[in-house]
Amino acid sequence: MQSPLHTTPAAPSGAAGAAPPVVALRHLSKRFGGELALDDVALTIEHGQVHGLLGENGSGKSTLIKVLAGYHAPEPGAELEVNGTRVSLPLHANAFRRLGLAFVHQDLGLIGDLTVLENLRVGQLSESRSLHIRWSRERRLARETFERYGFDLDPSAIVNELPETDRALLAIVRAVEEMRATLADGERGLLVLDEPTVFLPREGVQRLFALVRDVVARDASVLFVSHDLDEVREITDHVTVLRDGRVHATIPTAQATEAQLVEMIIGRSLAAYEHVAPDRPAGATALTVRNLGGRTVDGVDFDAHAGEILGLTGIIGSGFDEVPYLLFGARPCRVGELRVGDRSHALPLMSPRDALKAKMALLPADRQVDGSVGSLSVSDNAMLQVLERYRPAALRLRRMRGDAAQLLDDFDVRPRDPDAEYASLSGGNQQKVLLAKWLQTKPQILLLHEPTQGVDIGAREQIFHLLREEAKRGTTIICASSDHEQLAAICDRVLVFGRGRIARELTGGEVTKARIAEQALNSSAGAASITTDAEV
Amino acid sequence: MNAKVAAQRYALVGAWIVVIVLFCILKPDTFATSANVQNILGSQAVLLVLTLGLILPLTSNDFDLSIASVLSLSAMVLALLNGEQGWPLLPAIIVALGCGLAVGMFNGACVVWLGLDSFIVTLGSGTFVAGVVTWISGSRTVTGMSPVLSDWIVNKRLLGVSLVFYYGLALVLILWYVLTYTAVGRRLLFVGRGRSVARLSGLRVGALRFSALAGSGLLAGLAGVLYAGTTGGADPSSGASFLLPAFAAAYLGATAVSPGRFNAWGAFIAVYFLVTGITGLQLLGVDSFVQQLFYGGALVLAVALSQLVRRRAAGREAVGA
Repeated sequence: MQSPLHTTPAAPSGAAGAAPPVVALRHLSKRFGGELALDDVALTIEHGQVHGLLGENGSGKSTLIKVLAGYHAPEPGAELEVNGTRVSLPLHANAFRRLGLAFVHQDLGLIGDLTVLENLRVGQLSESRSLHIRWSRERRLARETFERYGFDLDPSAIVNELPETDRALLAIVRAVEEMRATLADGERGLLVLDEPTVFLPREGVQRLFALVRDVVARDASVLFVSHDLDEVREITDHVTVLRDGRVHATIPTAQATEAQLVEMIIGRSLAAYEHVAPDRPAGATALTVRNLGGRTVDGVDFDAHAGEILGLTGIIGSGFDEVPYLLFGARPCRVGELRVGDRSHALPLMSPRDALKAKMALLPADRQVDGSVGSLSVSDNAMLQVLERYRPAALRLRRMRGDAAQLLDDFDVRPRDPDAEYASLSGGNQQKVLLAKWLQTKPQILLLHEPTQGVDIGAREQIFHLLREEAKRGTTIICASSDHEQLAAICDRVLVFGRGRIARELTGGEVTKARIAEQALNSSAGAASITTDAEV
Repeated sequence: MNAKVAAQRYALVGAWIVVIVLFCILKPDTFATSANVQNILGSQAVLLVLTLGLILPLTSNDFDLSIASVLSLSAMVLALLNGEQGWPLLPAIIVALGCGLAVGMFNGACVVWLGLDSFIVTLGSGTFVAGVVTWISGSRTVTGMSPVLSDWIVNKRLLGVSLVFYYGLALVLILWYVLTYTAVGRRLLFVGRGRSVARLSGLRVGALRFSALAGSGLLAGLAGVLYAGTTGGADPSSGASFLLPAFAAAYLGATAVSPGRFNAWGAFIAVYFLVTGITGLQLLGVDSFVQQLFYGGALVLAVALSQLVRRRAAGREAVGA
């Protein structure tokens, strides 16, 4: 199945001439349960090119990469050629190394406590047969390697102390060096960069691109996975757009405008809004944020109103997901001021205790680590904030248990057993317990991060309903999420982040899934950039 | 409560009863005597108090390896002040307890304010304190303490059992109450199980961890006072033999009564289960090395059991998801 937009890739450019594609995948399908995550996908990466891979979350990008890495076995019938040689699928783990493939993922896979040199050589050292390591020689070789790529990195530096950009460069150099070691003369490899730029400042992206061009000129083709259309347009020669597990189009990058790319990715004409958010009158200003700056955001100003549900979104690395934690004092904040009601707080000094006193509540995205203690009971988890009610003297445990049971009833948590272990509940019920925990404290500001992640459809609707009811009571809700459908369903207003700043504000009829998705993808273009390393 | 949960809760009590019955049959004339029972109950109160103190930092997920040295320190300070310097008993006891509290507060400060690992800090401070004890005592056993202390700790008896046993029992009740029925106990549990949750829920994580370590120092000091009263003096190396039994009892106790939680009644049962087994074996004529086999084995077994329980719980979770 190929869309009308499909065109065959142009003849490879560069000196290689008629060399076969570095990687050619055909008829690639992958089924998870009943659903096809990949459906007859074809992907050809030519010699000496940077090939972009685009698509929304869930479009099949990561599944495709995991097939190449030997992590997933594809359905029978898939074909893979590497440098013109047929390779049988599925690949077993680590087979990609022999084939000359290398991967750098968003987390980079570096060991932060070790030195640059140790990280660079970890692969070789684990295979080396000689007992003695000559560190001075290794250091010299490492220096020479970095020089070849035109940058200067101290092999003895501890990786955690490097700026984000240098870490990304190190990860890429390591991957390319390991790949070169397995390739014969004249053979080309494939370097897969899976969202390597999301945490980089603008200037860092340029250095990374210089390295990528260098690698492409010498050793390998590159598969570049990113949400950032600016970057994709700048660095790639071709792009393949995945949508719902299928290849929607493969085109030379220069042939598409940014707007056309967006349309290909989200698959709707931009003018069509499918749903109009109710234009509720805004209440009084409940919260004011000025000049907020953290690890990824900088200079963010916004207001929120009583009874309003405000969405924050953007692509990964745009900074939207940091905001709830900064406002709550849960993560280190560089600069910023928060005004709630008539009290003003300097955010760098804010702590969760201060936030609670200001009648704020936070539902973090990571329920297991930040939200709950899975090994304790539902009642223990739900009642933590209100222990004071069952004093003085001995906690009236029976009354507490009774109240917890009532609470589970109100929030429709199943099973309705306050003694059940929290971890034994389903994702949706776990989230309802945490909503119950915080809503019984009657917060004026409710901060949410991905509130329906890992939550089933039914519970999702219930949570939406609970949030709308809570907003009607006058609570201000701020919801950071990359789930555009969810934002469209509950939000009165959405702020779209790009490169650490607010790039767009969507209100009223603009709050639709398509419009939010489009603006999130576009936002990186228009927003002012952060020029310094975000490493603080 | 279903049968499975009940079985888990009281398995240790059952094992204790089995051990008692076994030795009563094997050694009816020496084991099954009231004198032996009184001896067992009275002799282990020091270990019980030490274990109860240890439960506090373990609940907040910190180690305290300095408790045994603190016990020696407190006993030695009391013996020196009262036995050699001729201080009255009460101020000497207060100073001894103060020494324990001070070491606990030092541990807490290092762990909370300097962000150091409790395992390493208390290993270091424990060794340091052991050195101090050897230094102030001149490596000798100090005696000559007021008999009033021994009277109120071992010689006076209720139902034939030394008073020290009832002091330990009272402390079990207090700790049980604090950990189960107070908001502070609940919060301590959350601090131990989920630091991040506790912090985001606005708990004073630092203050709670500090208090737990200070508390274990104070109770180790109390154990030292009871030890001095039991033996009528202090020797510089006496405390060391208590460290492993206290950990064994705390971990074994965490598999009973409230399985998965360090708890006071569990510690009580574990302490007496272990000493019953050891006393019985010694009466059978087994050498004294059995004590080390028993405590060491119990610690590993207890940790393995609690791991097993946790893995089973995790398995359930995976199925439910």
